[in-house]
Amino acid sequence: MSPRTRLGLVAFGLAGLAVLLVAACLRLPGFGGDSHPYGDRAVRESLARHTANTIASVNFDQRAFDTLGEMTILFAAVVGCVVLLRQTRDEHRARPRPADVAPPVRRYALIVLPIALVTGLYVIAHGQLSPGGGFQGGVVAATSLHLLYLGADYRALERVRPVGLYEVGDAVSASAYVVTGLAGLIGGTAFLANTLLPYGTFNTLSSGGTVPLLNAAIGMEVACAVVVLLARFLDQAVEIEEESGT
Amino acid sequence: MRAVMDVLPYLVAVWIFLAGCYGLATSRNLIHAVGCLSVCQSGTYVLLLAVGYRDDATAPVFSDVEPGSRPVVDPVVQALALTDVVVGATVTALLLALVIQVAKRHGTVDPDELSELRG
Amino acid sequence: MADAVVVVALLLVAGSATVAVLVRDPVRQALVLAVLGVVLAVLFTAVQAPDVALSQLAVGGALTPLLLLLAVRKVKRRKGRER
Repeated sequence: MSPRTRLGLVAFGLAGLAVLLVAACLRLPGFGGDSHPYGDRAVRESLARHTANTIASVNFDQRAFDTLGEMTILFAAVVGCVVLLRQTRDEHRARPRPADVAPPVRRYALIVLPIALVTGLYVIAHGQLSPGGGFQGGVVAATSLHLLYLGADYRALERVRPVGLYEVGDAVSASAYVVTGLAGLIGGTAFLANTLLPYGTFNTLSSGGTVPLLNAAIGMEVACAVVVLLARFLDQAVEIEEESGT
Repeated sequence: MRAVMDVLPYLVAVWIFLAGCYGLATSRNLIHAVGCLSVCQSGTYVLLLAVGYRDDATAPVFSDVEPGSRPVVDPVVQALALTDVVVGATVTALLLALVIQVAKRHGTVDPDELSELRG
Repeated sequence: MADAVVVVALLLVAGSATVAVLVRDPVRQALVLAVLGVVLAVLFTAVQAPDVALSQLAVGGALTPLLLLLAVRKVKRRKGRER
């Protein structure tokens, strides 16, 4: 196919899609409308189970099984990356030389690192109370570790980040989620049903039954996953080189 | 004005999605194509959150709002978008890992050159 | 007033998404995607979705551009050695 016919075909397809989508948009309920039947029901259920952040309740209680699926995608993607980006036989590692960092950058990175790390952990821990939770806090905590790469150098990062440990952590937290779900099954109700633990006092850290547990498992899972992913990509970009002449 | 405001967010979502598709189809670099795919994804987030919005409502978080005192926006679509933002990033990472493998095997990341290699 | 903020954020998002597609150099695209991530976070805050805004800020503003840049660096390094 010549580039010109291909561009024509793409334009035709996109135009058709655009017409269909715009026609659909014109029939949607107006932006800012007042009718949200699912939302209202989700809010009611979340309040009944003493979870202040309705979104955490939807993710880890009402749709916990869906989150299990999402977590499986995440886990599979990480495993795929680890397999694809491993060091092959015709590659070798070249240690990067220690780099000089401008003092203001180093100072800034080393001041911000602990703040960002604590913020990430705080966001995970308060997932069921305030905006945040395992998904967001995990990413913040994991990326904050990599400020060390900015502020010092690659070797310093490798010293605080044993990748093997994080790979194990990833698997452990994924199974922790499943085990929490199975506990509901053993307790006589259903898989991932939030009936096992007391719901606690509204708006405290221990409220919401199994929501904080699942939230913590996801937080650990996401943090470990991001650390492992970035480690593999940094390995490829900074360290691993092909043997010459292959 | 009201009629425009009713559909504008949906149309912006459609625009972002179509722009990402156009970029995917015409891209000359697989890394650029992965970037365009993440643009497509952000279109879906805009659509989801636009569907869940309610005028003069607040966020569905009751740690500092008395339950029932104010209307809140739809939490279900927010939960959907939230998980997908993070999971989508790891899928992007998987695609980039595939691109790196392609570059290792074939020495190019241009989709046109790759299809010529197949013959 | 709230509507005005939403409209401005929507137009910024549409603009930066278009630029992100039209910029053909992956390094520049990664930077534009970081801008898009931040603008999306502003939009999500404006439509009362702080949870999504937080994850979009962390993922779209930092993680995705970082991964793209690392992939570019790996691919470029190979090309540089072949020449």
